Amino acid sequence: MRAARFCESCGKVQPPAPVDYFSFFGLPPKLDLDVATLEKDFYELSRRLHPDLNAQAGSQEQEWSLEQSSLLNDAYRTLRDPIKRTQYLLRLEGVELEEQSKTATEQARATGEVKRQIVPPDLLEEVFELNMQLEELSMNKKMGENDASLTDEIKKHKDALESKNESLLKELQSYWKEWDASIDRSPAASDARAGTIRKMVDVLNRRNYIRNLVRDVNAALEE
Amino acid sequence: MAAENIVGIDLGTTNSLVAFMQGETPVVIPGDDGLNLVPSVVALDQNNQPVIGNSARKNLIETPERAVYSIKRLMGRGVEDIREELKLFPFRLADDLQTGEVLRIKLGDKTFTPPEISALILRQLKRNAERYFAGPVTKAVITVPAYFNDAQRQATKDAGRIAGLEVLRLVNEPTAASLAYGLDKKENGIIAVYDLGGGTFDVSILKLHDGIFEVIATNGDTHLGGDDIDNLLITIALDDIRGDLNLDLRRNAEAVQAIRKAVIDAKISLSSQPSVKLDVELPGGKRYLREITREQYEQLIQPIIDRTVGPCKQALKDANLKPEQIDEVVLVGGSTRIPKVRTLVKELFHREPHTDLNPDEVVALGAAVQANILGGGSEATQNMLLLDVTPLSLGIEVAGGVTDKIILRNSTIPASSTQFYTTQVDGQANVAIHVLQGERELASDCRSLARFDLKGIPPMAAGIPRVEVKFLIDANGILHVSAREQRSGKEAEIQVQPSYGLTDEQVEGMILDSFDNAEEDFRRRQVIEARNEAATILAALEKGKKSAAWGQLTTDEKKQIAKMEKVLAAVNAEDDYQAIRKAIDALNQGTMRLAELMMDTAVSSALKGKTMDETDLGEGPTAPHPMAKAEFE
Repeated sequence: MRAARFCESCGKVQPPAPVDYFSFFGLPPKLDLDVATLEKDFYELSRRLHPDLNAQAGSQEQEWSLEQSSLLNDAYRTLRDPIKRTQYLLRLEGVELEEQSKTATEQARATGEVKRQIVPPDLLEEVFELNMQLEELSMNKKMGENDASLTDEIKKHKDALESKNESLLKELQSYWKEWDASIDRSPAASDARAGTIRKMVDVLNRRNYIRNLVRDVNAALEE
Repeated sequence: MAAENIVGIDLGTTNSLVAFMQGETPVVIPGDDGLNLVPSVVALDQNNQPVIGNSARKNLIETPERAVYSIKRLMGRGVEDIREELKLFPFRLADDLQTGEVLRIKLGDKTFTPPEISALILRQLKRNAERYFAGPVTKAVITVPAYFNDAQRQATKDAGRIAGLEVLRLVNEPTAASLAYGLDKKENGIIAVYDLGGGTFDVSILKLHDGIFEVIATNGDTHLGGDDIDNLLITIALDDIRGDLNLDLRRNAEAVQAIRKAVIDAKISLSSQPSVKLDVELPGGKRYLREITREQYEQLIQPIIDRTVGPCKQALKDANLKPEQIDEVVLVGGSTRIPKVRTLVKELFHREPHTDLNPDEVVALGAAVQANILGGGSEATQNMLLLDVTPLSLGIEVAGGVTDKIILRNSTIPASSTQFYTTQVDGQANVAIHVLQGERELASDCRSLARFDLKGIPPMAAGIPRVEVKFLIDANGILHVSAREQRSGKEAEIQVQPSYGLTDEQVEGMILDSFDNAEEDFRRRQVIEARNEAATILAALEKGKKSAAWGQLTTDEKKQIAKMEKVLAAVNAEDDYQAIRKAIDALNQGTMRLAELMMDTAVSSALKGKTMDETDLGEGPTAPHPMAKAEFE
């Protein structure tokens, strides 16, 4: 599959064909991939596709080299990151990650509606308490007061949220294995696949919710 | 000469250099004054002819209104960006400058855009290289601060074109430095390059892996450097003078330049001396005297050098690395000679920085390495490949004036992003896109790169057209945009209005203005230089004929030399510099044994291989300066 980027007889760069990022690296659409191998392949392909190494070629080849190399970089950037990789695969599967999608955000902004943000049930209590404390913090700031114990409490919540995110990543990885196994089986396992996709979407949404929350906390603490 | 030489150029705020790969080693090409550094100073002489480099420094003090320095600060910037600069630098803007227009600077009664002034510096470097190679130079790699935005990069590329150079690649300065460092060390690991120059600061973190130089993160400040220290010291001196002597010199350009020179000298001394005495002659016969200790100086500059801390921390954070994980810190830029800066770097990265490289030259040397790679490589560079990143996120303005980031900072380049647009009303034929660069949330806080108009969308109901717009950042860090309406397959026309910068037509015009006579100039210069060289070797031969060694040659050898001498004399009368050079080379070869015989036997073995005009002939005609006279305006 990978040979298609170079001419088989002369080894020169060829025009890019529309492929997904997995295929670009000659990989099946599996999620549990070895990042070290991916990096090795990335370096090897860079050595052939990068514009610097095709600077003496004809202008057509230079253009292809630019396109191929940007595709390579885009693919590598997406696949090496566990979250981006999962999001990308879900998009290939036709899943729109509604809560965090751009269109949803823009729509919410345009209509003035509050964006549908589902607080993950297991976080309800934690988020409620944290929001109270953040409010208190902002009140204190307005009054010019500084409550060190409050800041400590907030930091503790933040640490808890961050470790929650770590465990969500582990959970996601277990779904990767489910997904990858379903790829090895025949396409008949579509029900199981749909189930795995739902679980991954759920983890990503929860993770995204926590990430935004941590970002807000950091901003509040830095103010 | 085999393939044409591609040179590497460091177009610096304070100094500029040109280098190339000589065999397996990058070397700097000196100017006609024998110096490697060409000060980035441009002046117009009394006949309105441009003077560049060391010779222009005199003009800077004597006729400051006809000279300009640190022009790099203005590259790719608009009038509204430079209010602060204008307070600190004696840039004289053209009187008729309109907002939105590319800046024009007055030199005497003429005006020049920053790319044109930079082009004059580039042309000087080009000439230095041409003299060195005795052949034309048309291709170059030029370095830019890693943190330069699209407009600043485009302006640098324009400057190259105006100077008659095809800019094969813009390379980030810290990355170029890492190439020179890596060529030498050939070790795998993670390095940080801390580059504090005359006007800009960059920090880059790279992973070196079997010849691949992969930038992981970069950060910086395009308006932070030695200039800021100079300006601080100048301000203090002017305040002193106003306070003590009741003399306001702020509008006296000549006096300010004299003070500037004195504080720069003091700054340099303070890197090695515990204290320094300022002594400046002022108008009216008074003198400004002041002693500055290292301690006072370090206190003064602390706030300036502390501004490098934030970018370093951000780069480490973006690279997801702790200071302990950095294997080596490489210092680049003249300002890293300041001991206090070195202490700061040591604190930031928890290790002694690597200071073996010449901080003034390493960027140019790295540019030469990259030029060599682009030229097809050599044994030394065959495994080397640079994977650089874009320093700033690329975004587009969406509803509500918000920036939607489509290519994040520190993405390996080339990088691309495809976005889809549609129409809001039936039959709408145009869609406007505003492209931004920067990290902030609001579009108004980011740098406006350009406004694009997608034109000629086929008439359809609102929301039906699907225009695919591809944003691609090339290996120079410069943005390209292409668009296609997917339902009709029609290429949409893109009209670009760069927010800052010259149009293609303007650049073309500037090239024609300054290069009408380039070919003829070059040829004439070559003829003159070849004749000078011929005169030198003929004089050396006359001297040789009178020496004892002449008697040791066989009759045949003498006959051969006489013949070659005659050939050289004959072509020397003509205007064909290549023929003159050929005859010189032949005579040099033919007199090789004579040159050897003339040496003292004790040293002759050590000097084997030297040619006639390289041999020291005692009191004979001095060997020609390798760089004969330069300017032929």
